[in-house]
Amino acid sequence: MQALTSKAKVVGRKPMTFWEKLYIPVIAKGMGITFGHIFKKKATISYPEQTRTFSPVFRGVQVLNRDEEGRERCTACGLCAVACPAEAITMEAAERLPGEENLYKEEKYAARYEINMLRCIFCGLCEEACPKDAVYLSETLVPSNFNRESFVYGKKELLIPHPLEEPEAYAKARGQKRG
Amino acid sequence: MVLVAIIIGISLFVAMYETYAERKVAAFIQDRHGPNRAGPFGIFQPLADGLKLFSKEEIVPNHSNKFLFILGPGLAMLTAMMTSAVVPWGGHIHAFGRDISLQIADVNIGILYIFGVVSMGVYGVMIGGWASNNKFSLLAAIRGASQIISYELAMGLSLIALLMMTGTLSMHDIVQQQMDGRYYALYQPLGFLIFLICAFAECNRTPFDLSEAESELNFGYHQEYSSMKLGFYLFAEYVNMFISSAVMATIFWGGYDIPFVNDASFGLNHGANLLAILQVLSLFVKIGIFVFFFMWVRWTVPRFRYDQLMKLGWKTLIPLAILNMVVTGFVILLRQNHWHF
Repeated sequence: MQALTSKAKVVGRKPMTFWEKLYIPVIAKGMGITFGHIFKKKATISYPEQTRTFSPVFRGVQVLNRDEEGRERCTACGLCAVACPAEAITMEAAERLPGEENLYKEEKYAARYEINMLRCIFCGLCEEACPKDAVYLSETLVPSNFNRESFVYGKKELLIPHPLEEPEAYAKARGQKRG
Repeated sequence: MVLVAIIIGISLFVAMYETYAERKVAAFIQDRHGPNRAGPFGIFQPLADGLKLFSKEEIVPNHSNKFLFILGPGLAMLTAMMTSAVVPWGGHIHAFGRDISLQIADVNIGILYIFGVVSMGVYGVMIGGWASNNKFSLLAAIRGASQIISYELAMGLSLIALLMMTGTLSMHDIVQQQMDGRYYALYQPLGFLIFLICAFAECNRTPFDLSEAESELNFGYHQEYSSMKLGFYLFAEYVNMFISSAVMATIFWGGYDIPFVNDASFGLNHGANLLAILQVLSLFVKIGIFVFFFMWVRWTVPRFRYDQLMKLGWKTLIPLAILNMVVTGFVILLRQNHWHF
C-alpha cells in the first residue's frame, strides 16, 4: 500500500531477544537513570520563602495609582469600566470639596471604585483605556479567600500606599518593572 | 523481655522513618525537595503523620463484619512484628555480669519460623479485604493472597539451595558461617536475585503492588479503613520491608558481620561490647541499603500487569529456582566426593 504521507514509519515487531527478555539489564539501566536524578538540581522551589520572577508582561491585580504628591489620579471618568470586557469594574464619582486638594488630583474623583476579582480576566484593557495613568496591573497575584464577597476589591484594597508617608510599601506595590 | 520491647520499639521507629525516607527518596528521584516543613529537613513529618492518623475519625462500614474488620489490621501488624524475633541483631553484650545475646530466640528452625509467620501475614490482607464488604477490597485481597502464595513457592525453593550449603536453619548459625566474609550471596547470586524479587512481591511493593493498585482498585484491600487502622496496614507494610531487608542481609549478606574486618580478633582487641555495637550498626547499614533499594526500585520500575506477575512467578522464577537448586546440589555432591574433571 502506498503511504499517504512521508511521515509513515515502519514499526519493527521483532520478538524480543533473550537479552531483552531477561529484563534485568534494562531495569539496571533505568535504576541508573533514577539514581542520577537524586543529584540533579531540584526543579521545585520552597515557595513562600523563594519566589519565581514574573515575566515582564505579567498582569496581576490592579492598583489605583497616586501621583508624586500622593494624590489619587483617578477622576472616575468610567473609561476603564467601559473598556472592561468582563464588566468587572464599577465606580461612583464625587466632586472634590475645597480643602481636599491634597487628596485628589482633579476636581472629580472616585468615591467608590470596585473591581470584582472573580470576574476580572486580567486582560489589561483598563490600564490601556485609562487617560490619567490611574489604574494599572501590578505584579502581585490575587490571594485566595473563603467567600465571594471578599473578592470584590474596593478602594481600600486597590489604592496604592502613599508615596510620601509609606515610601517602602509604595515602592513594593509599584513593582519592579515600573521602577 | 527487655530485648523484645527494644526490638519492637526499634522496628516501629524504623518503620516510622521509612515513611519519611520513602517520601524523601521519591522526591529526590523526581527532582523535588520532599517533606521539609516539620522540623529541620522535615524530620518530624512521621510524627505529624502519626498524630494525624490518630486524630482522624474512625469509620467502620455498616455492612462490614466488625470483628474481622478490626482483627485484620491487628493481625497484619502482629505478624509483621513477630518475624523480628529470630533475626540475630548482633553478637553478645557483656552487661550486668551477664552475657546477653542480641537475638530474642535462636530457634534452630529460624528460617521456617519466618516463612510460617510471613505466610500468616497474608491473613491480615485477606481478612481486611473480606471484612470490608467492598468489591474492590475483596478483589485486591484475593490478588494479594494469590500473589503472596505464588511467590512464596519460588522464595522457598531459592532458599533450599542456600540451605543445602548451610546445612542449618538457624539464623544465628548461618551468620556465623559467613563471619569470614564469604557471604552466601557470592555463592548463590541467582538464589539471591530470586529471593530479592520474591521479597518485593511478599512485601507488596512496586512493581508487585497489585493489591494496592491505586489506579485500578481505588486503594486496594485497605480502602474502607480509616484512622489508625489504616495506619496499621501502612505501617505493617513498612515493618515488613524492614524485616525482609533484615532477613536478606542476614542470610545472604553476612548479617551482623562487619565487612573487611576480622570480627573475632577485633573483639579480642577492643572488647566484646564495642564489637557488638559495631556489629549492630553494620547490620543496620546493610538493612538501610536494602530499604533504600526497595524505594529506589519503587520509583524506577512500573507496576506489572496481573498476568505478567503470575507468569513471572510461576513460569520464570520457580523453574529458575529449581534449576538453581539442582545445580547447587550437583556441585555440593561433586565436592563431597572429591570428583574432579
